[in-house]
Amino acid sequence: MDTFAALAHGMAVAIQPMNLLYALIGVFLGTAVGVLPGIGPALTVALLLPVTYKLDPGGSLIMFAGIYYGGMYGGSTTAILINTPGESASMATALEGNKMAKAGRGGPALATSAIGSFVAGTIATIGLAFLAPWLVDFAVRFGPEDYFALMCVAFVTVSATFGDSPIRGLTSLFIGLTLGLVGIDKLTGQARLAFGVPELLDGVEVTTLAVGLFALGEALYVASRRHHSEEKLEPVRGSLWMTKEDWKRSWKPWLRGTMFGFPIGALPAGGAEIPTFLSYSTEKRLTKYPEEFGKGAIEGVAGPEAANNASAAGTLVPLLTLGLPTSATAAMMLAGFQQYGLNPGPLLFAERPDLVWGLIASLFIANVMLLVLNLPLVGLWVKLLAIPQPWLYAGILVFATMGTIAAKPSVVELSMLAGFGVLGFLMRRFDFPIAPVVVGLILGPIAESQLRRALAISLGDPMTLLQSPISATLLGIALVALLAPFVLKGMGRFKANED
Amino acid sequence: MTSGDPAQPPRRVDRAGIIIAALLAALAAVLVFDARGLQSTAMYGMGPEAMPVVIAIGLALLAIGNFVDALRGNLPARESSDPVPVVLILIGLALLIAIIGFGGGFILATSALFVTTSAAFGRRAVLVDSIIALVMSTLIYLAFDRLLTLSLPAGPLERLL
Repeated sequence: MDTFAALAHGMAVAIQPMNLLYALIGVFLGTAVGVLPGIGPALTVALLLPVTYKLDPGGSLIMFAGIYYGGMYGGSTTAILINTPGESASMATALEGNKMAKAGRGGPALATSAIGSFVAGTIATIGLAFLAPWLVDFAVRFGPEDYFALMCVAFVTVSATFGDSPIRGLTSLFIGLTLGLVGIDKLTGQARLAFGVPELLDGVEVTTLAVGLFALGEALYVASRRHHSEEKLEPVRGSLWMTKEDWKRSWKPWLRGTMFGFPIGALPAGGAEIPTFLSYSTEKRLTKYPEEFGKGAIEGVAGPEAANNASAAGTLVPLLTLGLPTSATAAMMLAGFQQYGLNPGPLLFAERPDLVWGLIASLFIANVMLLVLNLPLVGLWVKLLAIPQPWLYAGILVFATMGTIAAKPSVVELSMLAGFGVLGFLMRRFDFPIAPVVVGLILGPIAESQLRRALAISLGDPMTLLQSPISATLLGIALVALLAPFVLKGMGRFKANED
Repeated sequence: MTSGDPAQPPRRVDRAGIIIAALLAALAAVLVFDARGLQSTAMYGMGPEAMPVVIAIGLALLAIGNFVDALRGNLPARESSDPVPVVLILIGLALLIAIIGFGGGFILATSALFVTTSAAFGRRAVLVDSIIALVMSTLIYLAFDRLLTLSLPAGPLERLL
């Protein structure tokens, strides 16, 4: 089998001592940053990007894999111990996990989430390894119009279909698309939206946007509502280990969570919220201990945590095979590729198989490392959580601005960072989703160039978008996904009026 | 709908929502204005000015959508917000930018941000925090400069090291 040979080759790359070290550093740093309250995996990757500037692409992508999984794991630790999920995908974990910690069962909660993440991550990475070559074969047949249509699907599903309000989601997306226009147009060399500022000619840096929106925006938001409530850290009491009973109650939720997480993550629909909540409600329905739900049921931690990790591996499928980021974290990973001039997609599989398969193999290794590293070191992570809030956020801001200072120490760039911080604050305050902005910035320019290429090939005939069966189907899906929330909402209102 | 029902608060025009809609409309206008200065050189297909116009149309539609939501009072409820810490952090960011801009160096700049942020989160021990900030940023500077050989902007303090 091709996949086995490729994967074995990837393993050979990944277990070189230097690469193992990179993976270890990545896992360690990723967990350390991810465990800080309010910091999700996307921000973890964004904050740690500067650390990888000086490495070669292979080493840095391997470190990335570690940071990614480490950040995810750190996030669930925070969700369990202080009930402040850094991202909406950890909300289900926080629901039951924090109750378990309050009841003195924090240890088993952390253990079932770590082992569940390992199980789900491993199965999902195997899924990725087998699905990816198949999708790549399919994707090489894609023309520019098909890519454009695919990106339209991603735009709609990321912003409109699954959020609270399609209007606010689309608003976020269009702000991202607008930011994507800034800079020199690659086809004609003309500057757009640069207003004569030379620093703007290169366009808006994805890391600047992400760090501004996520880190600065979050810090400003938390500061503005500090008077509402204090976070409370639950100490880890009692045994760290799971009892036989815990194992018996956990393994099925792990597997079911994986089954929800991987396929939904692999679809260009993005977001781990849906599989985590599906998993949560399924476990709630199937459990033999319904009375424990809401008071700390271990199934309610095991399932969603597995779903979360499996969907994270799932989002790597469209990212690696199509170059399509469907979550904020995947967008940051794409930015990581782009800093080396690498564009994920079918071509990268053909040209740099060592890189892609090395990365996939590193995901397995990072998973094993996390399991070995995290349970014994849980005491250290808990100490990180105990840092007083003023120092914690002051440190986060120093760290956040440091990345920009190291990359581009200009007043314009830093002012943009601060501006994005204010934007992120306002978007949180007025409940606009953040991820569509990042996806819009990174995918907007790619979608535009694919569309222009398609139209140039068809000599300007827009019907080319409908003549390709792939493109026509995808555009149809995008249209349905765009209209569905409005139609459903309208029906909901109709019903409400009837009552 | 009665005004005394807590679950169904009376719907009022949301002023912040109106401002958001206005800003989106203004952004759309800026896009169209900027696109008018571009020359279409493409013989077939679309030139560089087409996409900004498409996005501007989208923004204009969304401005209308947000406007309608604001008129109906459809925005999610907001909790009260304390402006003082926000302003403090923004002052910190302004200080950081100014110090970097005038060549004050990494250590002073990030220390200023650290102390103002810490104050924004309720600490009043400015002196202690300043010392912590200086030590921490010096260590970061050394780690980046020596270990990762990434150059951070140097000022008077960095030249002493």
